[in-house]
Amino acid sequence: MSSPALLRHPEDNMPAIAEAGPVPAVTPPATPPSFGTLALRWYRLNQGRLRATAIGIASLIAFLLVWHLLTTYRVVFFVRFTNVPSPLTVYASFTKAMHDPKFLMHILLSCRRIFIGFSLAAIVGVPLGLIMGRFKLVHEIIFPVAEVLRPIPAIAWVPMAIMLWPTNEQSIVFITFLGSFFPILVNTLHGMSLVDPVLVRAAQCLGARERSIFREVYFPASLPHIFTGLTVGMGVAWVSLIAAEMISGQYGIGYFTWEAYSLVQYADIALGMIAIGVLGLGSSLLIRGAGQLVMPWRST
Amino acid sequence: MSEMLASTSKGHIEVKNFSLAYETIEGPVQAVTDTQIHVKPGEFVSIVGPSGCGKSTLLNAVAGFLKPTTGVVTVDGEFVNGPSAERGMVFQQYSLFPWKTVRENVEFGLKMRGMPRSQRERAARTLLGLAGLEAFEKHYPEKLSGGMKQRVGIVRALATGPKVLLLDEPFGALDAQTRVIMQQILTNMWQRLKISVLFVTHDIDEAIFLSDRVYCMTARPGSIKAEIPIPLERPRQQSMMMSSEFLALRRGLMSLIREESLKAMGGEINDLGMQGLNIELHGHSLVEVL
Ligand SMILES: Nc1ncnc2c1ncn2[C@@H]1O[C@H](COP(=O)(O)OP(=O)(O)O)[C@@H](O)[C@H]1O
Ligand SMILES: [Mg+2]
Repeated sequence: MSSPALLRHPEDNMPAIAEAGPVPAVTPPATPPSFGTLALRWYRLNQGRLRATAIGIASLIAFLLVWHLLTTYRVVFFVRFTNVPSPLTVYASFTKAMHDPKFLMHILLSCRRIFIGFSLAAIVGVPLGLIMGRFKLVHEIIFPVAEVLRPIPAIAWVPMAIMLWPTNEQSIVFITFLGSFFPILVNTLHGMSLVDPVLVRAAQCLGARERSIFREVYFPASLPHIFTGLTVGMGVAWVSLIAAEMISGQYGIGYFTWEAYSLVQYADIALGMIAIGVLGLGSSLLIRGAGQLVMPWRST
Repeated sequence: MSEMLASTSKGHIEVKNFSLAYETIEGPVQAVTDTQIHVKPGEFVSIVGPSGCGKSTLLNAVAGFLKPTTGVVTVDGEFVNGPSAERGMVFQQYSLFPWKTVRENVEFGLKMRGMPRSQRERAARTLLGLAGLEAFEKHYPEKLSGGMKQRVGIVRALATGPKVLLLDEPFGALDAQTRVIMQQILTNMWQRLKISVLFVTHDIDEAIFLSDRVYCMTARPGSIKAEIPIPLERPRQQSMMMSSEFLALRRGLMSLIREESLKAMGGEINDLGMQGLNIELHGHSLVEVL
């Protein structure tokens, strides 16, 4: 009604409609803006993030400061800081450890256990979840067993794992596997249960068969939840690994931390804890990065 | 392009002695009973009716998602059993794959058919160009407006060259302006491709404006209450919606639907409503109007 010409020649008006789309026409200014204006603009756009970063850094510094004060004055107030190492002694033992091949080996071994255990859990858990989500019979057979085993914490498996596996190494990897397996399986299943049936129908009337629907609809539709499962699973994998290493290990960062306590090397306890925290953070960042890579439609 | 899109055979839909009941705990729910409809090759047919009367049920049976309890659905003489790329479908909820770009969405049907990548990319670009969407081929659906999403939905359904196109209230979620443009685009595509269209809507203006024929359904359990040919000439223009011919058709259909909507709501309101209906129809007998 607004434009009769547009309606009279409908074939010709297609591009016009395209131009009316949501992309705003940004006309570049005639003269390039000065550095000052650009900097100001950048500041305005990133104000929130800058603020968060600044506060974050300040809060970390405050934490270190409080830690420093509590330990230098050996505060005893319900909690005893008498033997707790100060940040500076921990830093000293960190620089020493960086030149100590044994410490690096502990870290590498823990990383290897995580890598193997977690990868196995993902390789088994994701496909199993997808298949259970698609085929009722498989779900009916496996789900009850999974529900019974799931509440058992991975640490409770330590004695059983030692009996089951011939080597210590294998039983620790097994514990790590168990820790991450159930979160991955459950989240994959959850993702499958939320797949929009209209998308499945859309695929069907475009000629997709069972296998294509699985690959082109169910799998990508579940990916966000699969990655939630992987993130949670990675966290639980570290928890399980450290516990297993403390109980039954020789080597590994969990063992290192426990050994430091036995050998009364208090700075190394804190060093071990911080190393575990950094490794956990790093591995969950890796998964998040992988998620963004695999699901480009969800970024920004 | 023409070889890809040309519907070799015609797309003659026939629904005979059709009824469909949903199984529920309280027993079977009769959604559609005793229904006959047909769509001739290249015809544009709409189904209107009060909400809940079984329009989607009927359309889903033609698509092959539902099996009729009694009766048969055939397309070009072949029984429909299960969905197929021969019957393209457009859903109200857009139903684009969020993990595929606009072009990948359009390519989907061709990919399923095993067309090599370069070939189907070219085909998808051509189709997107027709719909004025070439600039958005690399966008993910999330970033598009409702109207653009639905244009992609239509192009995607047409990409495999189906014999018939089924649409279930495709423009129901769009604003009035976008709706008008979408109707025009759909008309263009239909005229170019000479494809049969079965279009479900609850918008009477839309049904009249687009169709060669309109079926009006009764309240649940749905059946065909009336079949109204739309003799308006083509190409149709927005201005026609003000013509006396259009308004007369509109009035007739409106009263038919109103009657059914009131029935669906229950008795008391029914009486009141029918009085209003008599006043409205004063001077135009229904037969004359139709
Ligand atoms: N899966 C189902 N189970 C039971 N009843 C259903 C189901 N789907 C639809 N119905 C009922 O069938 C009737 C027709 O539904 P539908 O075809 O969706 O109507 P419309 O599309 O015309 O609004 C409605 O009354 C609805 O409640
Ligand atoms: Mg419906």
